[in-house]
Amino acid sequence: MSDSKYFQTTKKGEIHELKEELLSQKEDKKKEAVKKVIAAMTVGKDVSMLFTHVLNCMQTHNLELKKLVYLYVMNYAKNHPDRAILAVNTFQKDASDPNPLIRALAVRTMGCIRVDNITEYLCEPLRFCLKDQDPYVRKTAAVCVAKLYDINPELVENQGFLDILNDMLGDSNPMVVANAVASLTEIDEVSKTEVFMIHAGNLAKLLAALNECTEWGQVFILNALCKYTPRDSREAESVCERVAPRLQHANSAVVLSAVKVLMKYLNTVQSPDFVKMYCKKMAPPLVTLLSKEPEIQFLGLRNINLIVQKRPEILQYEMKVFFCKYNDPIYVKMEKLEIMIMLANEKNIDEVLLEFKEYATEVDVEFVRKAVRAIGRCAIKIERSSERCIQVLLDLIQTKVNYVVQEAIIVIKDIFRKYPGKYEGIIATLCANLESLDEPEAKASMIWIIGEYAERIDNAHELLGSFLESFKDESSQVQLQLLTSIVKLFLKRPKDAQQMVQTVLNMSTQESDNPDLRDRGFVYWRLLSTDFEAAKAVVLSEKPLITDTTSQLDDLLLNELVSNISTLSSVYHKPPETFVAKLKGLNKRGLRVKDEEDDEEPDYVDDDNLHNNHGNNNNQHGGNQQQHHQQNQQQQQQQRQGSLIDLGLGDLDLGSPAGSSGGFNSPYGSGGGYPQQQQTPPQQQQSPSDLSFLSFDGQQQQGGGPQVQKQILIGSDKGQGIQISGAFARYNGRVSLELTLLNLSGAPMNKFKIQFYQNSFGVAPVEPILNCPAVDNNQSVDVSVPITSNGQIVQPLNTAINMAMMVLPSQAKFYFQMTFPYQVLFNEGGQLDRENYLSMWKSIPDQNERSKDIQIRLQQFDVDSISRRLQSRNVFEIVRRKAQNQEMCCYSVKTDNSIYFLVQLTFVAQSRVVRCEYKSPAVDFMPLFEHTIDLLINNQI
Amino acid sequence: MAASAIFLMDSKGKVLISRNYRGDVPMSVASKFVSKLLEEEDMNLKPIIEEDGISYIYVKHNNLYLLATTERNANAATILLFLYKMIEVFNEYFKELEEESIRDNFVVIYELMDEMMDFGYPQSTEPKILQEYITQEGYKLERGVKGPVLPSAITGAVSWRKEGIKYNKNEVFLDVVESINLLVSANGTVLRSEIVGAIKMKSKLSGMPELRLGLNDKILFENSAKTGAPKGKGVELEDVKFHQCVRLSKFENDRTISFIPPDGEFELMSYRLNTTVKPLIWIECIMDSHAHSRVEYLVKAKSQFKGKSIANNVQIIVPVPPDADSPKFRCTMGTCKYAPEKDAIIWNIKQFPGGGKEFLMRAHFGLPSISNDDKPQNKPPIMVQFEIPYYTVSGIQVRYLKIIEKSGYQALPWVRYKATFAVDKCQQPNKYVLQLCDQVFKSLVEHYLASCVLQSV
Repeated sequence: MSDSKYFQTTKKGEIHELKEELLSQKEDKKKEAVKKVIAAMTVGKDVSMLFTHVLNCMQTHNLELKKLVYLYVMNYAKNHPDRAILAVNTFQKDASDPNPLIRALAVRTMGCIRVDNITEYLCEPLRFCLKDQDPYVRKTAAVCVAKLYDINPELVENQGFLDILNDMLGDSNPMVVANAVASLTEIDEVSKTEVFMIHAGNLAKLLAALNECTEWGQVFILNALCKYTPRDSREAESVCERVAPRLQHANSAVVLSAVKVLMKYLNTVQSPDFVKMYCKKMAPPLVTLLSKEPEIQFLGLRNINLIVQKRPEILQYEMKVFFCKYNDPIYVKMEKLEIMIMLANEKNIDEVLLEFKEYATEVDVEFVRKAVRAIGRCAIKIERSSERCIQVLLDLIQTKVNYVVQEAIIVIKDIFRKYPGKYEGIIATLCANLESLDEPEAKASMIWIIGEYAERIDNAHELLGSFLESFKDESSQVQLQLLTSIVKLFLKRPKDAQQMVQTVLNMSTQESDNPDLRDRGFVYWRLLSTDFEAAKAVVLSEKPLITDTTSQLDDLLLNELVSNISTLSSVYHKPPETFVAKLKGLNKRGLRVKDEEDDEEPDYVDDDNLHNNHGNNNNQHGGNQQQHHQQNQQQQQQQRQGSLIDLGLGDLDLGSPAGSSGGFNSPYGSGGGYPQQQQTPPQQQQSPSDLSFLSFDGQQQQGGGPQVQKQILIGSDKGQGIQISGAFARYNGRVSLELTLLNLSGAPMNKFKIQFYQNSFGVAPVEPILNCPAVDNNQSVDVSVPITSNGQIVQPLNTAINMAMMVLPSQAKFYFQMTFPYQVLFNEGGQLDRENYLSMWKSIPDQNERSKDIQIRLQQFDVDSISRRLQSRNVFEIVRRKAQNQEMCCYSVKTDNSIYFLVQLTFVAQSRVVRCEYKSPAVDFMPLFEHTIDLLINNQI
Repeated sequence: MAASAIFLMDSKGKVLISRNYRGDVPMSVASKFVSKLLEEEDMNLKPIIEEDGISYIYVKHNNLYLLATTERNANAATILLFLYKMIEVFNEYFKELEEESIRDNFVVIYELMDEMMDFGYPQSTEPKILQEYITQEGYKLERGVKGPVLPSAITGAVSWRKEGIKYNKNEVFLDVVESINLLVSANGTVLRSEIVGAIKMKSKLSGMPELRLGLNDKILFENSAKTGAPKGKGVELEDVKFHQCVRLSKFENDRTISFIPPDGEFELMSYRLNTTVKPLIWIECIMDSHAHSRVEYLVKAKSQFKGKSIANNVQIIVPVPPDADSPKFRCTMGTCKYAPEKDAIIWNIKQFPGGGKEFLMRAHFGLPSISNDDKPQNKPPIMVQFEIPYYTVSGIQVRYLKIIEKSGYQALPWVRYKATFAVDKCQQPNKYVLQLCDQVFKSLVEHYLASCVLQSV
């Protein structure tokens, strides 16, 4: 009997008829009616008006009917929250039904109904079901906790469900364990606090369950294992041993998750032999992914791409498996090509080139282009193969297929940039194909080649001349390049190009409304009219070589992506926060911002003690902008006068042509689709200190938060246009890193991510993404990054912390270092009473006692003011005693990670030396502490 | 990590049935996906795409699209695999998953979707077990008396087999199915050859039997050689994948394959090995193309297997230009026909003897006088399919299959071998000899495994 008959209801009055049938006393009739309702729902008809009637059928002993009614309620409860409450009674009754199937069904369905007044009633049945004797009910209830958390996190926390879930990790049934893991992982992802900690205790339980649960459960558990960082090499090895058999699982999701775990844990393994062995184990399963369905192949290839970058040794000998098959879908072919380029080396390049050449004759234009480009990239990557690559490219040019020729010319230009003066012999062949070029990039490339090698091409002026005729119709990319090439030609062969250079400069500066073109035209014009030789030195200077780094992700991003193997992040090669809105912290961030805004601004820095003459560069952008504006106006005015020579710009630095030529000599300006080039950036004239005169002295920082003296961490020259300054601060009992981001890059930046490397203080940002709005060009923004200090502590003690900042979406990254000021860890709760102080002093052994004479460098001082200052930095005075001509004070300090320092300072009248005796259980930190006290006494921090 | 909703759509993108698991992604996004699908040419859309923070993961099956959406950084592998698993389960239930069968069974499909995934997390997907309590005929549920009882297997350690199975005659059938991929270079040398094999099992066994499968696995042989066990020719398996019933850690430890099988048919294991295999039937094709007038083919097929064997039902498919007309054929053996729907000549040879035997085929086509020369033509490969009885490829052998069940019944294991050969491509540098590609060979070997060890306790 087929269900399709339920769809065949098109007559009028259908709803009314259904109502009657639903009211029928006969179970069969009711069921038929509900089926019709569901069928209508399936095809998208609105049947929500039947809600009450369908609800009436809920109380039935017919399981099929019950399921259908539940399905209906799930779909329409939202539309009728008030009436959905009528279902609660039945749900609750079903949740204690003797049949486990029905108990589970009731809890499962209730969790899916996102209606508040239903949720309230869910807690009690859920609590029972979490402890149900039947594992099927327990595993369903485990997932239900995550559902409830999604609707009402407070409720879940208050009801203690999270503790129950954590207890379930020790359940006797592996499937219950797996679902508890899935549920906890999900909650942990969005929760503000860490709810799912993996430690040595539950690690063993998870590993035990791994062997017994279903394939999906294995995926859940393997993913959870990635959250744990093994304590030492031995532990990492033992987990690897337990996980490795999963590589043999038929389910590719299990395999990929196992690979993810291994990739992570191998980082901790110290034995190189062990790492080698496990790398070898991973290769065959990865290759097998390519024998699966095309969708899985695609997923596998995107992940293999990351794995090859992270650990190239794994697949170094497997080149052939990536050769494209005739019937591979195009998205698989594209990915294979990318990996082939990565794996190409001197040994296999011949084979690879044969493949590429074959691909370049296929039908799909995108794929063909990529294949041609791949040949160029191999030439740049593997020096010894460049000649063969050129030969293949020439063969392809002979095919005269339009897009192949154009693409080949683009890559040959890159090869010229990599190996200047080596392959110019082929220029004639290239010139023969001039007419067929119609794409801007190919044209620009050809024009660049002609300009660069103008002295070898007899008819260079004719060739460029022919382009010049259509100058106005060309795209800006071609125009810019044509301008540069004609100037080059003029510098090399002045006679041939006299007329042409005049024409092109005129057209660029006077007839174009493209500012880039105009500016470039003006610069050349002025350069040429000032000093011919200098112009030569600038324009014809040697260019930096390019390297092939297109496929390389930077380390930080790569590590993050590798830790996301098998997820969407690894498919997109983007960190999760770039495409996921709902992540841990994002919600939290909103809360935190609110807190800070309510706070008063504390006075942390003594104004008379500014050692840093960088000034408050937080606000300098305002002045900066103004300055720019004025310059622009001036420039425009003078342009209108047409007087180039009189432009009030300072002399160009002709002494360093390489530095200033970078912008001119590249084929089409800086950054024009030229990913490989590593230009030396033009020297930034604006070093921060130069700009300090622009700052508005005495202007208060906007917004709340601690005011601290920020130190420039990255100048805009190194940071690709972003300038970062910052300082650590303690504010209302919380440590934060106060940053100022100044964007001079010319483009808006919308997200920033910060990372701390492991350090001696165990400090790290609470969340990597900075809570700040997008920063437009020439704007600066202050941001406060909350810091936690409960991370891993690295020995030996080093006060410097290495950090990295990543700018999204460009993913540009900068590294910098900051010295960590120890006093920001001094906790507000460090005050001991006298007895505790004494007993603690006695309890710390004498070998932990140090003493030092601290020189006071202040002009004037008295014990009171020093003590007050110390107090304000959470160095608490316990007791003070005066005796004869000396005064003795005791202080206590507690750091955020609960290290106590007990200090006695002895001031002697008329002396500039204070004796400091102190004790602490943490010997390692004592020198640093001593230094910090010194600075505090002397008011230097 | 989880999917938000799952849609089953027809080829035009109309949603046939859907299930919203998490309620965080609006169901209307399905139409966005459809417009995306229509923008791209068929098959060119990546299987995993993201737009406006929503990720779409889909697979295509029989003119149907199975689509999953999520707005998180979900585990893409899990979702893809789950979609495939859904297809498998639906196939098991309705024979063939297609538009019509979805309509006919929408109630069961809703039930299955509810049971297989919860809040976007895959749950029980074992078709045999699902069939225990989700059936097409509705149960009458009399409280406490009868009705669908939750199979204990669903959460048990053996989640793929129910208890209490009873057969009058206990039998196991093993199928060893292999296919070979060959990659041939322009000068005819084999660049890469790879055997992808699978051992499929059909178990008709009562109770909860413990099975142990012995293969001529080289690593195992080397291990046992040390302890003085009988030597033999082992096969080096590069990668092995097992059904979830196989105890993986036991295999990792001592390479024994031990398991409690699911009831009925399933794929016990698959394997991959790199060995040098030469094409069993070698094809050379010479194409003589005169643009705007005619094209001629000379195809030579030569057997490279032993003289004793015979290849049956050989089919050689030679692609021709789509605008070719007026076909003429001549061949020394078999029959030829033109298949315009495939743009190919199909040359059938009923029996192809081994031992270097050669057959020739000539074909002649007219070409239209006007054509578009600019675009390079698609050059599909030549395909060859055949079967050779009593022929083994990788040399893999089932040495024993031990069956242990506490009731101690006698069981009969049967083994047969089947192999498919696929040559990937090969090209000739010569201008006239254009292309020779994708030969697909098939051989079928079927015999009773005499060396089966029966054991009962």
